Amino acid sequence: MDAAWPALALSLKVALWASAIDLVLGVALGCLLARARFPGRELLDALLTLPMVLPPTVLGYYLLVLLGRRGWLGTWLLAQFGVSLIFTWQGAVIAASVVSLPLVLRSARAAFEDVNPQLEAAARVLGLPEWAVFLRVSLPLAWRGILAGLLLAFARGLGEFGATLMVAGSLPGRTQTLSIAVYEAVQAGQDDLAAAMVGVISLTCIVVLVAARRLAPRRIR
Amino acid sequence: MNFDVAIAKTLTTPGRRFELDLRFATDARWTVVHGPSGAGKSLLLQAVAGLVRPERGRIAFGGAVLFDAAAGVDVPARARRFGYVFQDYALFPQLNVRQNIAFGLQRGAFNPRRDACPPAVRHWLAAFELEAVAGQRPHQLSGGQRQRVALARALVGEPVALLLDEPFAALDPDLRARMRDELQGLLERISLPMLMITHDAEDIARFGQARLRLEGGRPVEAPAG
Repeated sequence: MDAAWPALALSLKVALWASAIDLVLGVALGCLLARARFPGRELLDALLTLPMVLPPTVLGYYLLVLLGRRGWLGTWLLAQFGVSLIFTWQGAVIAASVVSLPLVLRSARAAFEDVNPQLEAAARVLGLPEWAVFLRVSLPLAWRGILAGLLLAFARGLGEFGATLMVAGSLPGRTQTLSIAVYEAVQAGQDDLAAAMVGVISLTCIVVLVAARRLAPRRIR
Repeated sequence: MNFDVAIAKTLTTPGRRFELDLRFATDARWTVVHGPSGAGKSLLLQAVAGLVRPERGRIAFGGAVLFDAAAGVDVPARARRFGYVFQDYALFPQLNVRQNIAFGLQRGAFNPRRDACPPAVRHWLAAFELEAVAGQRPHQLSGGQRQRVALARALVGEPVALLLDEPFAALDPDLRARMRDELQGLLERISLPMLMITHDAEDIARFGQARLRLEGGRPVEAPAG
């Protein structure tokens, strides 16, 4: 059971960081997709939703191509900062945030689309600059939907397996998250350990889902 | 000249093309723009307020140019200083009555505090007899109270003029007559220029010192009377 705690701590750390990245990207892109009219808008939406339907191994492959030693971003990071993200927990964060971004993005877009544009117009007429309209009207009216999506993304990030394994590997104590540790335990025949870890992760996900359901906006008004 | 407007704006939605093309100038204190729904009245009001940008033309109020396509002038809505009352009032649902009225007095990143009550807000709460509901949210109010909050919110920033979008359409007939009297009394007291759009004959009779009839996006000769 001792092997489970570092894995759980790492899973929580990765899921929290990934959620933080998704919150910023999801709100910005969700607001853009809900409000701005530009050519290729629906294509961008489809591309950003792709991680939800693609096999995680395919995503992991794309990330390796991008971030790996010969990938263009990976080469650049190595040359500029001497940093390689492959087989690091930061790599796992990137994998988890890409996989769970659609969950935040979709709820953020829907939440911003639900905000009555007249309320934003009213704030403009009352003298507010655009950034203040966003902070004082759009965001407060959309935050429940955004938060519900964020909790789902956190749960998804907590359970991320395929893309994480391909990008970050399974180094015990360093990149071995709980979901990967479950796989390793089952492979090694440590059924008790696997069962305990499965229990922990299931319970965490149930708590998060119940919270997300309570926050999800009821379709009234 | 109070309002001096000459604009053109085309809206295209799938299967429909609408063109607003009009010119009017008025020196009257109260101006009523009327016509059937879909005539472009709301679009005109939004253009005057700076919420919609015309393709061509010019909008001036009290001699100040707010929009001039040829000269590249487009004063943003936030700087035009009109008091705007939306048809369904557009009160902020997450804020109480006090906060709604005080909303525009505070320009920063945060909404007014729940219990903050600057003197100007206190004045309009009293003027519209809203003190008892000052801590309530819009959904807890009656239709008449909502309209008063919308008016108070529009007036508290000392606007240069009032723009009213079908101000009584959301009210039932009894209340409509009462609120109409109330608005007339208020407008007579504060002597503020007002531009109202409506399709209600009683509004036209009561407030139409100057009248403009719109049909299909164009001004037409108003029928006599």
